[in-house]
Amino acid sequence: MFAYVVKRLISGVLVVTLVSMAIFLLFWYGPSSPAQPICDRETSNRCTPARLDTYERTLGYDNPVYVEYGKFVEGIFVGRTITIASSEYECGAPCLGVSFRTKQPVKEELVSRIPATFSIAIGGAFLYLLFGVPIGVAAAKRRGSVADKALVSSFLFISSIPYYLFALLTWLYLTITFEVPLFSDTGYFPITQDGPFKWFSGMFLAWVALGIFGCTQYTRFTRGAMVEALSEDYIRTAKAKGLPTRTIVYKHGLRAALVPVVTIFGIDFGTLLAGTIFTERIFEIQGIGWWALEAVQGRDLPVVQATALFSAVILICSNLLVDVVYSVLDPRVRLS
Amino acid sequence: MTSVPMTQSSAAERDMTDGPYLQVEDLKVTFPTQDGPVTAVSGLTYSVEKGKTLGIVGESGSGKSVSSMAVMGLHDTKSAQISGSIRVGGTEVVGLSESKMRGLRGNSMAMIFQDALAALHPFYKIGGQLEEAYLVHHSSASKRDARRKAIEMLDRVGIPQPDRRVDDFPHQFSGGMRQRAMIAMGLINDPSLLIADEPTTALDVTVQAQILDLLQDLQREFNSAVIIITHDLGVIAEMADDVLVMYAGRCVEYGTTRQILTSPEMPYTWGLLSSIPDVTASTDARLIPIPGNPPSLLRPPSGCSFHPRCVHMDKVPGELCRTDLPELLPASSGTAHLKRCHLADPVGVYRTEVLPEIAPELVEETR
Repeated sequence: MFAYVVKRLISGVLVVTLVSMAIFLLFWYGPSSPAQPICDRETSNRCTPARLDTYERTLGYDNPVYVEYGKFVEGIFVGRTITIASSEYECGAPCLGVSFRTKQPVKEELVSRIPATFSIAIGGAFLYLLFGVPIGVAAAKRRGSVADKALVSSFLFISSIPYYLFALLTWLYLTITFEVPLFSDTGYFPITQDGPFKWFSGMFLAWVALGIFGCTQYTRFTRGAMVEALSEDYIRTAKAKGLPTRTIVYKHGLRAALVPVVTIFGIDFGTLLAGTIFTERIFEIQGIGWWALEAVQGRDLPVVQATALFSAVILICSNLLVDVVYSVLDPRVRLS
Repeated sequence: MTSVPMTQSSAAERDMTDGPYLQVEDLKVTFPTQDGPVTAVSGLTYSVEKGKTLGIVGESGSGKSVSSMAVMGLHDTKSAQISGSIRVGGTEVVGLSESKMRGLRGNSMAMIFQDALAALHPFYKIGGQLEEAYLVHHSSASKRDARRKAIEMLDRVGIPQPDRRVDDFPHQFSGGMRQRAMIAMGLINDPSLLIADEPTTALDVTVQAQILDLLQDLQREFNSAVIIITHDLGVIAEMADDVLVMYAGRCVEYGTTRQILTSPEMPYTWGLLSSIPDVTASTDARLIPIPGNPPSLLRPPSGCSFHPRCVHMDKVPGELCRTDLPELLPASSGTAHLKRCHLADPVGVYRTEVLPEIAPELVEETR
C-alpha cells in the first residue's frame, strides 16, 4: 500500500505540473497580452503601447514562454523578486506570484482564505452526511411505501433546482424577507478573532443551503446503494442465521452500501474544499472560490494560477484518500 | 436477549415430540405482484424425519426454494401470504411471531445456499461470520468461545489449518472451501433441520462429490433432518431417502428415492429422468429434453399444469388433462408413493414407451 501511495503521489505531482503549464500557456497565448489588464489598471485605462511595452518587459513577457515558466517554477522552490514597471516585490518560497490587483503575495492571501472555504466545506458536508445517509437508509428499509415515494419525489424536486438558484432563494427568504436572526449576518468571521458564535452564525446559512441540497443527493445515493445491498444473497444468509433486523440492516446492509457512498463523498468533498464559487459569492464568504472568480474577472494571472493549482492538489489528494479508504472498507480491493 | 430461554425450551420440546421433525401440510405461498397474485406453492404436503433426507426436485420456478424459504420464515411477511401448516419440532411456524421465528432460524433449523461467494458477506472474515451465527443464539458465550467453536466447525468440515483460515475473507477461499464454510456456519448451532438449497450447483464436479459426502457424514454425526433442493437427479440418487418432485408450485410425485427413480408414474418425472446425461453412454446417444418451457405462475394452465408439455395426453380420455387438476393419489408401486396424473396405466406406458428410449438395457430387468 505504501508503494501504491508513493506511486500515486508521483503521478499527482505530474498532473499538478501539467495543470500549471496549461494555465500558463492559456494566458500567454490569450487574445490580449497578459500585461494588458495590469497596464489598464495601473494607468487608469490610459495604457499606451509604450506603457504596455514597459509592463511586458518588466514582467518578462518578452522572454520565451519556457524561460518565464522556468522562473515561475524556480519561485515556487526558492522564491524570487518580481518587478512590475518600476516597483519590485520580494516573493519568498514557495512563491506563487504577486496579485496584479492588490500587489500582495498570492500565497499569503491563499493561506488566509483557506479557513473560510474549509469551514464551508466541512460544515456543509457534515450536514448532508448527517441527514442524507440516515434518511437514505430509512427510505431503503421502507422502499415502495408511501413515505418512501413521497420522499424520493420531493428530493428529486429539490435536486432538480439549480444549486445557485436554491442558494439564492435560501438567502433571499431567510436573510432578507424574514430576517431570521441566526441567518442575518452571513460571512466568514474567524473563530480566533470574533469567537465561535459569530463564526457559526456567519456560516450557518451557507451550511444549511449546502446541507439541504447535498442531503437530497446523498439520500438518493444511500437509498440506491442500500436497496441494492439489501437484495444481496448475504442479507438472506444473515436473516437465515437468525440475526435481529437491526444487525441485518446496519451491520450487513449499511456496511456494504457505504462503499459507493464514501467514494462519491470523497470526490464531492474534495470539490468543496477546492472552493465553492456560488456558496461563497451568495453568502459573501471570502473564500477561495470567490477569490478565483474575482481573479478571472480581473484577469489576475497569478491568482488564477494559484487557485487552479490549489484545486488540482486538493482533488488529487482527495482521490488518493478515497482509494486508500476504499481498500480499507472493501477487503477485496488490494492497492498495487 | 430474551430469545435464549425460549429456544432452549423449544429444544427440549422438540426431543419429546414423536414423528417427523418437519411436517408441512397444505402449504400455500402467494405473492402479490403488479399483474395480480402469484401462487408460487400450493397444496404442498411433506414430512422429514430426523436422520432422513428429503430431496426436492424441479425446474427453476417450480417452487422448490420458495417452499423451503417459507419453512425458514425467510419471506417478507408483509408481501408473502403463507397458509397451511409448517411444524418444526412440534412448533407451528406459520404465523409465529418474528422474534420467536428468529430464535428458531439458524438454531433449530438452518439453511445453506448455492453460490457461497454471494451468500457470504464479502467484507467480514469467515470466522467473524461463523462467530456471529453462534453468538446470536448463545448470548452467554464469550467471543473467545465463539471463536473456538468457529475453528472447530471449520476443522470439522475439512478446512485445512482452520485456526489460520478463520481470519480469511470469503474471497480468499476457493469455491469448495467457501461452500464448506457455509455448511460450517449452518451447522454451528447443531440444527435438527438443515435445508441445502442447491448446495453444489456453483461448484466443480469433483468438488460437488466432496461436498455431498461431507453433508452425508455430517448428517450421520448430527442426526439432523435434511432437505436437499436440486434439479440434479444424480444428487438425489446419492443423497435422498425420499423424493418430492415439484412442478408449477405443486407436488406432482412423491415417494422413496427407489420408487421415484425405478418406477416413476408421472410424465414430468419421466422427462426429468430422460434429460440426465449418462457418462457411460456412447457419445451419439441423445438426451431427450422436455419440450416447451415451465408455465407462468401468473396464468397457470388449466387442469394439470403439465398438460401443455405432456406427450402422453392422448392416452387420457377426453379433455380431462385440460380441464381437471389430477388429485395426488397413491401410485401402484407402494403405499408411500404418490403421483398427480390422469394416466390410467402409467406403469405400462413407462415400460413400453419411456424406458426403451432412455435406458433400453433396463427394459428386460424390469419385466
